[in-house]
Amino acid sequence: MFRYIVRRLLQMILTFFGATFVVFALMFANQDDPVQALAGEKPVSASLREALTERYHLDEGFFGQYWYYMTNLLTGDLGESISGREISALLETAWPVTVRLALMALVIAGVFALAAGVWSAIRRGGIFDNGTLAFTLLLLALPIVVLAPVAQWIFAMELDWFPATASRNASFYALLLPAIVLATTVVATQLRVTRTSVVENLGADYVRTARAKGLLPRRIIWVHVLRNSLIPFITLIGVDLGVLMSGALVTEEVFNIPGVGSKLAQGIRTEDGPMVVGFVSILVIVFLVMNLVVDLLYAALDPRIRYE
Amino acid sequence: MSDPTTLDSRPRSLAGDAWNDLRHNKIFWASAALVLLLLLMALFPTLFTSADPTDCVLSRQHDGPSGGALFGYDFQGCDVFARTVHGTGSSIQVGLLSTLLAGLIGLSFGMAAGYFGGAIDAVLSRGIDIVLGIPVLLGAVVLSGRLSGSGDDGVTAVTLTLGLLTWTSAARVMRSSVVAAKSQDYVAAARMLGAGPARLMFRHILPNAIAPFIVVSTVLLGANIAAEATLSYLGVGLKGDALSWGLQISDAQKHARVAAAPLVWPSVFLAATVLAFIMLGDAIRDAFDPKLR
Amino acid sequence: MDVLPGLDPRAPLLQVNDLHVEFRTRDGVAKAVNGASFWLNPGETLAILGESGCGKSVTAQAIMGILETPPGHITRGEVRYRGVDLLKLREDERRRVRANKIAMIFQDALSALNPVYSVGFQLAELFRAHRGTSRADAKNKAIELLDQVRIPAARSRFSDYPHQFSGGMRQRVMIAMALALDPEVLIADEPTTALDVTVQAQIMGLLAELQRQRNMGLVLITHDMGVVADVADRISVMYAGRVVEEAPVYDIYERPGHPYTRALLESIPRLDRKGQPLTAIRGLPPALTDIPAGCAFNPRCGYAKEPCRQDPTPPAYAIAPRRTARCHFFREVLGE
Repeated sequence: MFRYIVRRLLQMILTFFGATFVVFALMFANQDDPVQALAGEKPVSASLREALTERYHLDEGFFGQYWYYMTNLLTGDLGESISGREISALLETAWPVTVRLALMALVIAGVFALAAGVWSAIRRGGIFDNGTLAFTLLLLALPIVVLAPVAQWIFAMELDWFPATASRNASFYALLLPAIVLATTVVATQLRVTRTSVVENLGADYVRTARAKGLLPRRIIWVHVLRNSLIPFITLIGVDLGVLMSGALVTEEVFNIPGVGSKLAQGIRTEDGPMVVGFVSILVIVFLVMNLVVDLLYAALDPRIRYE
Repeated sequence: MSDPTTLDSRPRSLAGDAWNDLRHNKIFWASAALVLLLLLMALFPTLFTSADPTDCVLSRQHDGPSGGALFGYDFQGCDVFARTVHGTGSSIQVGLLSTLLAGLIGLSFGMAAGYFGGAIDAVLSRGIDIVLGIPVLLGAVVLSGRLSGSGDDGVTAVTLTLGLLTWTSAARVMRSSVVAAKSQDYVAAARMLGAGPARLMFRHILPNAIAPFIVVSTVLLGANIAAEATLSYLGVGLKGDALSWGLQISDAQKHARVAAAPLVWPSVFLAATVLAFIMLGDAIRDAFDPKLR
Repeated sequence: MDVLPGLDPRAPLLQVNDLHVEFRTRDGVAKAVNGASFWLNPGETLAILGESGCGKSVTAQAIMGILETPPGHITRGEVRYRGVDLLKLREDERRRVRANKIAMIFQDALSALNPVYSVGFQLAELFRAHRGTSRADAKNKAIELLDQVRIPAARSRFSDYPHQFSGGMRQRVMIAMALALDPEVLIADEPTTALDVTVQAQIMGLLAELQRQRNMGLVLITHDMGVVADVADRISVMYAGRVVEEAPVYDIYERPGHPYTRALLESIPRLDRKGQPLTAIRGLPPALTDIPAGCAFNPRCGYAKEPCRQDPTPPAYAIAPRRTARCHFFREVLGE
């Protein structure tokens, strides 16, 4: 277990430096005028130019710049946006609602995917199974950029079942429609993976043993099969977090939720380079850390990994 | 159980088997037909509409369907049908080219990692990990903004962005199938008969490792088309005068309460396109996957 | 456990009559078991012998009631435990017979044990599910069992996972699991096939010893005549889903009564036949979708004549006291 954790940790650190380096390089490499790049197409005043140059050490070499960028990032100093606000303060007000939204989406998707996945695996080839197969295909074909505005139009505007927008302190109910929309970005894959894995496990020898032991069918499914099927499901959650972040960008924009996603979208729209880089860097770090957590969870579920 | 002699009398290859399977698959034909229709629309939009998508008259704002304008007019008074049909071109173009780029990168990285193994594999695999460490859309909003110059329509920028960020799945799949193919006896036999690395790779390993790669690429094509729309929606994709479903959705969303058609139709086209490629990928995978036979 | 309806303590421990099982697949119907019959007494070991695909494992699964349905279907016959036809029981009654009265151990213990639960959990689970035992008591009982099957340091190995055990130790865990609820019948499906020869002997010895202690009936399913000779009391030889010969073990080795049994014996090296050539059985077992008419063995049989090629299949001739063979020419085979 210890060796596994150390190995994953080392891998994560490597990926962390690699990924932040890539993000940094994407932002600053090959720019004729990095200051102008940060400010987009807006005219840059002399004072702003000076501030940006100092902030990003643009008068130094590329690796020097990266060094300062990393030290700032690791000490939690994200600098100021073009409009002069503390990026960390912006982040601080924005993250709670995004975390709530993402958690709701993850729980909705997970519960639905597990329940429906197990059920269609048990009744494979049946109406429910074929129904969910068609349903997941439809979900996979509906990008969030289609689903979010259309769902808002149908369920919030035409049918008026849900509020069309949500504030920072939105109630559970106000966040429900955006959370369901966000959940659709991950639920189809989760469901398919669960189903495949449950089908595989149902045919495993240990299930035959469990039946020979005279265990109740529901115990065989929910204790023996599910624990094994959760292993690929948990692995998928790591990937899903990235999908959810991307999805939150659109969902929050559509539903006007003042979270990390819509702040980032706003930064993109106003061509606020420092804000975009700051937010993206933090999100990448969160993504990597969450993936490490998922890896540890994976080890907790699978003793074969733990004692490697 | 069938008589072994009947199996021997007809030489069969994996590709032949797969094609035989595909020929009888209704989903394959349905999705292939849809893809063809979309390609036709992308290449010759004027076959489908004679209206000029840039001919916008504010006085027609949110007018209902009339004459050639099947879906009515949007906020700017542009013909929704004409804009949607003309939007197919950029979607398909960005989708195809970015997938081609991603496919080439993935193919070469995956093949190099799988074939050479050892240190090269380790380095390339860590590289894949690093790119996977950046969620695609997050990387794309940074990169796409950087790549597009002022005043251009963003097509090149989005194509490059998606190509450079989405090759990882293709590389992983290619790597594992090359590793699997490499250990097969026929490859060892070919090596003993004196086949060089290039011949081994292209004559013996590649043809047997390519099927999963094709499947992944087909699905990626759909995903990249969706990603282009998303980036355009967020303002870092196609821009300016470019015609894009994502831009249409973004413009129409604010007015959905008043006029839904300008939101719904590009959405339907986008979903249908993504669906077509996903189904095509599914059908090809089923045909190539011997486990399901 | 509550009393089963119609349970008769004086009836035979286990009796299988005319059991038919078929697998219905898209490619056709495979007749895996075609009228298997045998019986078992307490304390007795019955070996079911046959090549792979002869229906012996399917028979075992049908007795246990763990046949995958679909595709497997029991189309005819009965499985009587102390007079009760298990095939007519409700599923919940049937479930309570498993492990309590009839238990089973499988060939490959690594895949037969759940990889993500400790062996202790998988053992204790039996007491908790069937007897409602408390967690602590179940744990103690599980450790006691691990000790009985001679797993060293049983207490400390309670929370180890299947992959941390050696092959032989894992098979001991399987045995412990099967014996947990004191069943009267134990079905062992190729219990030693996956093991090293030295370990095989240990496991068979352990099984025999535990059987003696508990006066348990043991059905030993195997393709290995060597294993059978040492431990079995009687042998049922199966071919293409039928019991073609049934006899006490000594008689069969001495004088086989069916050409198939004879061919099997001639294909293995034996000390008492030193110097004689080994002969492989020519041909292959029939496809279960296409079993030959008459005696299923006739295409491979040196004794086969016209009646063997015609339905019905030969009856089970009583060729000697406590012996039957399904061969029209058993006299010739016996060498009378």
